[in-house]
Amino acid sequence: MNLEEYKGVYVFAQQVDNCINNIAFELIGKGKDLADALGTEVTAVLVGSSVKDLADQLAEYGADKVIVVDDPQLKDYRTEPYAHALASVIRKYKPEIFLVGATAIGRDLGPRVSARIHTGLTADCTQLEIGDFPLAPVPGKEQKHNQLLMTRPAFGGNTIATIACPDFRPQMATVRPGVMQKRERKPGVKANVEEFNPGFTPDHKYVEILEVVKAVANTVDIMDAKILVSGGRGMGSPENFKMLEDLAEVLGGQVSCSRAVVDAGWKPKDLQVGQTGKTVRPNVYFAIGISGAIQHLAGMEESDIIIAINKDESAPIFDVADYGVVGDLNKIVPALTEKLRTELAKTSQG
Amino acid sequence: MKVVVCIKQVPDTKGGVKFNPDGTLDRAAMMTIMNPDDKAGLEAALRLKDQYGAEVTVLTMGLPKAEDVLREAIAMGADKGVLVTDRVLGGADTWATSQTLAGALRNMDYDLIITGRQAIDGDTAQVGPQISEHLNIPVISYAQSLKIEGDSVIVERQYDDRYHVLKAKMPCLITALAELNEPRYMTPGGIFDACKAEITVWGRADLKDVEDSNLGLKGSPTQIAKASDKVRKGAGEKVTLDPSESVDYIVGKLKEKHVI
Repeated sequence: MNLEEYKGVYVFAQQVDNCINNIAFELIGKGKDLADALGTEVTAVLVGSSVKDLADQLAEYGADKVIVVDDPQLKDYRTEPYAHALASVIRKYKPEIFLVGATAIGRDLGPRVSARIHTGLTADCTQLEIGDFPLAPVPGKEQKHNQLLMTRPAFGGNTIATIACPDFRPQMATVRPGVMQKRERKPGVKANVEEFNPGFTPDHKYVEILEVVKAVANTVDIMDAKILVSGGRGMGSPENFKMLEDLAEVLGGQVSCSRAVVDAGWKPKDLQVGQTGKTVRPNVYFAIGISGAIQHLAGMEESDIIIAINKDESAPIFDVADYGVVGDLNKIVPALTEKLRTELAKTSQG
Repeated sequence: MKVVVCIKQVPDTKGGVKFNPDGTLDRAAMMTIMNPDDKAGLEAALRLKDQYGAEVTVLTMGLPKAEDVLREAIAMGADKGVLVTDRVLGGADTWATSQTLAGALRNMDYDLIITGRQAIDGDTAQVGPQISEHLNIPVISYAQSLKIEGDSVIVERQYDDRYHVLKAKMPCLITALAELNEPRYMTPGGIFDACKAEITVWGRADLKDVEDSNLGLKGSPTQIAKASDKVRKGAGEKVTLDPSESVDYIVGKLKEKHVI
């Protein structure tokens, strides 16, 4: 394998029902950082049926080029035709980096493609950068530059590992949704589109879709939530959880709670965070009226950002909170909800 | 019908994590359990045994002590256990692991291969789909239900906001979610059988159609640059402000962190 032949950062632009998932824009955003460091470009690979119209959205978020693989066989996600699409793109265009979202689709597609191509794949990355491998020079071993260094948690978040793929291309990673930043959208940018169809002939590996069953809202597992608004005994009453539901709704999050709340019968057990409840790792965790018993902390301290609101300034929750606010939740929470509603209305218009 | 379940002995993450000097895991130094998703996969296979008389073989790759996890599976009701263990297979990433298991599976009869969706140590979810690729058979990941219909499997495949009901012709590979079922306990008779059961032990030479260059640490495309215990997060900022300033403070932080 001549590694020098492989150029450019490619990202899989995941779409479902012809609607591009946010992860695609996040990967383009991160891909731009990597491409800048390497002096190259970002190409989004859009795979589906009648998806060409979506390409401009990818350009608006920064994709320098969009490869569209459009075929009726690609209407709903199935492992084989999608793997064939990506593997064919990789063989033809030879990217040096290929990023896929660590979604329920990407975590099936990524491994199948990497196995077909014979390259490494690092799962569920939370940090990507360009650097040297080995990190520091080792006598008798070549130190390679401009390598993709992929950092990921393992062991349920107990450890962090940084992985490289020095001898194979493309360097592939699946990337955890909600972690990378998308770039600001530039409305009106037109995509530089290249269409490519490697041909799709169903064989024994094509599974048959008998039925597509969309989930009814409100069954979202708190473990999957990106934003959790969690309430404790300090909420005072089950009625006061309405405040948290309003806040969660504005942010597109879910409500969860502490054990005290479940024990008091205010909320069902499946919303409980903590050692005897669920372990959650959202992007943002609001701990509101939660004192922060060690059993509760065990279930949420891996959250990316922890915001605590509590009237007791000595509450242990403040020991793990990134941003702690000492004050009256009954005054702060409704005002926060209103302010966010206004702010978000502004952004969606702009 | 023959079902092979790939199971993994994993460190019980509650017991802390230890590393070798080269950054790979020191598996020998940790307490172990059967990986939870794999256990659900095993239970699914045992239900096929109860229902259709399927023959269930459990396959694992690991240190010699991984034999324990095979005996546990036999005590739950599996018929046979195969341990793939060899010094040259150590330090494998998911590519080399899936090559190893595929090499073993080529020497076995199977209609259906079941793996867990992911293991709690690596959390990659990659080995199952990669095995299916090496064996050139269909894969259905994230199975939340499984049934057999003639020569096919019907599986509910979970996604973020939906599930698909999929049909694949056997032989195929399914990766099981822990919510697929509630695994049964070992039975006293099963434990008795497990103690005297003969475990088949295979080494490098027993793997079929796999090149040395695809095995172990040397055959792994990914390499560890650095591994460490996660640094515990300490306290951040704490402010005492009036309510409207508090609101501005929180909104400011959410903007700064690109949450809104």
